[in-house]
Amino acid sequence: MRSVAAVNDFVVRFANVNGTGSASANNMFAKAVFRMGLPFSAKNIFPSNIQGLPTWYEVRISEKGYLGRRDGIDLMVCINPQSLPQDVKSVSSGGYFVYDSTKILHPEFVREDITYIGIPMMEICLREYTDPRQRQLFKNMIYVGALSMLLDMDFEVFKGIIADEFKKKEKLIAPNIHAMELGRNYVAEHYEYPLPIRMETRDLVGDSILMDGNSACGLGAVYGGATVAAWYPITPSTSLVQAFEKYANRLRIDKETGKKKFAVVQAEDELAAIGVAIGANWNGARSFTATSGPGVSLMNEFLGLAYFAEIPVVLTDVQRSGPSTGMPTRTQQSDILLAAYASHGDTKHILLFPANPKECFEIQALSFDLADRLQTPILVMIDLDLGMNEHLSPPLKWDDSRKYDWGKVYDAEELEQMAQYGRYLDSDGDGITYRTIPGTHPTKGSFFTRGTSRDEYARYTEDGSVYVRNMNRLLKKWDTAKEIIPQPEFYQQGNQHKEGIIFFGTTTDSALEALDLLREDGIELDAMRLLSFPFSKQVEDFVQAHERIYVIEQNRDAQMRSLLINELEVNPDKLIRVLNFDGMPITAAYIQGEIKEKMVAEV
Amino acid sequence: MTYVKPSFRHPDLPKNDLGFTKKDYEGAISTLCGGCGHDSISGSITQACFEMSIAPHRLAKLSGIGCSSKTPTYFLGNSHGFNSVHGRMPSVATGANLANRDLIYMGVSGDGDTASIGMGQFVHAVRRNLNVVYIVMNNGCYGLTKGQDSATADVGSISKNGMNQFQAIDLPALALELGASFVARSFSGDKTQLIPLIKAAISHHGFALIDVISPCVTFNNNTGSTKAYDYVREHITTADVVDYVPPGEEITMDYPEGTSADLTLHDGSMLQLTKLAPNWDPRDKLAAMQRIYMSRAKQEILTGLLYIDPNTQDLHDLIGTVATPLNELLEEDLCPGNAVLEEINRGLR
Ligand SMILES: Cc1ncc(C[n+]2csc(CCOP(=O)(O)OP(=O)(O)O)c2C)c(N)n1
Ligand code: SF4
Ligand SMILES: [Mg+2]
Repeated sequence: MRSVAAVNDFVVRFANVNGTGSASANNMFAKAVFRMGLPFSAKNIFPSNIQGLPTWYEVRISEKGYLGRRDGIDLMVCINPQSLPQDVKSVSSGGYFVYDSTKILHPEFVREDITYIGIPMMEICLREYTDPRQRQLFKNMIYVGALSMLLDMDFEVFKGIIADEFKKKEKLIAPNIHAMELGRNYVAEHYEYPLPIRMETRDLVGDSILMDGNSACGLGAVYGGATVAAWYPITPSTSLVQAFEKYANRLRIDKETGKKKFAVVQAEDELAAIGVAIGANWNGARSFTATSGPGVSLMNEFLGLAYFAEIPVVLTDVQRSGPSTGMPTRTQQSDILLAAYASHGDTKHILLFPANPKECFEIQALSFDLADRLQTPILVMIDLDLGMNEHLSPPLKWDDSRKYDWGKVYDAEELEQMAQYGRYLDSDGDGITYRTIPGTHPTKGSFFTRGTSRDEYARYTEDGSVYVRNMNRLLKKWDTAKEIIPQPEFYQQGNQHKEGIIFFGTTTDSALEALDLLREDGIELDAMRLLSFPFSKQVEDFVQAHERIYVIEQNRDAQMRSLLINELEVNPDKLIRVLNFDGMPITAAYIQGEIKEKMVAEV
Repeated sequence: MTYVKPSFRHPDLPKNDLGFTKKDYEGAISTLCGGCGHDSISGSITQACFEMSIAPHRLAKLSGIGCSSKTPTYFLGNSHGFNSVHGRMPSVATGANLANRDLIYMGVSGDGDTASIGMGQFVHAVRRNLNVVYIVMNNGCYGLTKGQDSATADVGSISKNGMNQFQAIDLPALALELGASFVARSFSGDKTQLIPLIKAAISHHGFALIDVISPCVTFNNNTGSTKAYDYVREHITTADVVDYVPPGEEITMDYPEGTSADLTLHDGSMLQLTKLAPNWDPRDKLAAMQRIYMSRAKQEILTGLLYIDPNTQDLHDLIGTVATPLNELLEEDLCPGNAVLEEINRGLR
């Protein structure tokens, strides 16, 4: 048998039972990788359930800095008897299988091509602890200890993490270290260590941070000036508004009175959530909601109202696998078309696609400026992978000289000078008109907001020509938007090749890695990452400049490709689908394979 | 289309404390059917706001969709208005109120808008004790879609579309059950009762429901309808007569001992109640419930201030927001800046 051997380049998967406290142990493992200066990516694979079902946590360590998921499990830590048969099968040939050997492994599960490392975790726990809860929790620390020994991880790093973790419960520091030692000692006494796969300390993460996208968006909303958040719980967006509330409770409390400079409403449903956000924005506060696909479906009518009545509003869609309830705890980028054209009639919306926590923070903050400036819904499109998993990210930064852009709003003085105020008068020729906030002036500047057709002075009308004029002005505003929203990112100087790839959001890490893999195969491609919709001139130029483009995305129906074809009137033959939609984050190897296959097929 | 009213002002028109005439509180000319109850309610709102000297820009009007929800165009033309989507006014009002706790919010809805499509939002706005005046123009039918029965139509009531067989939802009873802090019922044709009720609702701090029976002359004013003018006039019974006394003004009315009760509202105004029923106290929820059920059994339409708790905490009080309206907070209040971010970064390593 040839065992896998690698330094700082392998995948570890933990198989746990939901609700047993394994998450914090696993996070501690990942944090230790991070503090050893090693780039890694971590994915939670969890069921839509609170307790008792299998859950997995996967960590890819990559000295080269690849942050996408990689298929193939080099080391499996199996703590869950329920998923054991499947876990044994999923280990790569030559890989390692760490399990609780308190009970003997059934011969049925013994493979010839992998190495078994049994640690009698339960037995050790029964011996050491009397309290069942402690047995459960410390069992997790025992396997982390064993792993640290097997993979040659720095124990001092773990001690530091434990000290940080229990800063407020110091009594727990020593017992946690002790539990780890139990695992370490068992390995030392019974196995050769380290394994041929192991870690070495490096200095490769610089000043990076570890953060999940939802927290970054929540913090971004605080920095962007949001004061009203309304939401209805749904995985995977729940933790976004919770993060907003957590940070706001820390950063937005009035020192003198202890009162809040923000309000969070847990609404009765998503219709109400977006209704609250629209009402607050209409009244001059920055407000947002966050949801996932099912919520966006419910919000459709209101999104149309905000589009047509021109009310700023920010909605973050943390996408999950649809249709319907689909796979609620698996990732996808499958709300693109729903979001782009949400609501009846001729509607279209601005979409933003951050790709890492730093961008989540910045784009969520920026979305409030854009909403106020463009007076329309701004949809921040992330997904479960970005939202709920911790990612290695450049640190967050805020330019203190930057000022909020509140958009075109008349104040009392300006209204006082004015002969007649027209809410929908396009006086600047950019399609964006001036609004007023209720309460500004006793007799001037009031207007009636409605979803029905109206003239430039906000007066109800069913005159077709007035309606058409207004609808065309909204198109003009759409064109204005194209150049002020975030522009695409390119990965080469100018266009160098006939073929290219397009990707966005969480596909980014794997797409960039795939470019490297393809280059090793002698295939060179230009690359463009989309950051927003509508598509700007730069996007159009890239599409024009290439003969064939692989559009890589995580849904079945090639939704971004459809959007490109529809909006840019591109010849569909030119845009080749590269699709992954099994609910797991897309991998570089998959993209590489698809592109090579499709190249051959077309030649 | 919207008719523009001539802006001619008679020099002798009476002015209120702010120097505004009643015309300053009117809106565009109504396009509702002549005789529609909703127009009378608009008139009462106009009158109440004029008499209370409400600065027009300190009030925002919000509504859903329906003939009733169109009315905000027809009153308070100098106030911002928001005609939202069908049944969703409560959420929009919640957001507006959270953004600025200092304005007065006048929510207008219909029985379809509230008791059917918008039931969920209505219920939750009550639960949160949103500080809003919530007027339901209740005609027992969907006027705008041509007269279908609504969920407030009484069993056996006959509209132009036939007889209703399904149980009626009694909005005041429901609101009481949900913990509303101000519950009233009135009739569009009874301005003497309605105007003080609207004033009291405006002064009330918390959710104030006024369910106003408002006949639809086009689809539901026929014999056999329990929301027709004639039927309502014959079956109305009044729990109390309310007089509204603005803050600082002395009470001058003289009522016989034992029949009146004075209530001080949040803003210092007073409500003087003449209790028409014996043992009647609108602060007693149980009694209110009982009276509502009893009058329903007798096929009476009980009107008046049915319940009030003048000392409640509204949504802002409950969640503990600052006194400054959130929409007036400045960038320095809102944005913690880069130094804090660096601290946060440190915690994420
Ligand atoms: C989502 C949606 N469904 C249906 C309608 C059609 N619609 C408009 S008004 C209305 C009923 C209004 O009834 P009510 O609230 O009682 O108002 P009224 O016209 O009786 O005053 C309906 C069903 C709509 N506008 N929106
Ligand atoms: S249809 Fe009925 S409710 Fe609508 S305006 Fe006419 S009378 Fe009023
Ligand atoms: Mg009605």
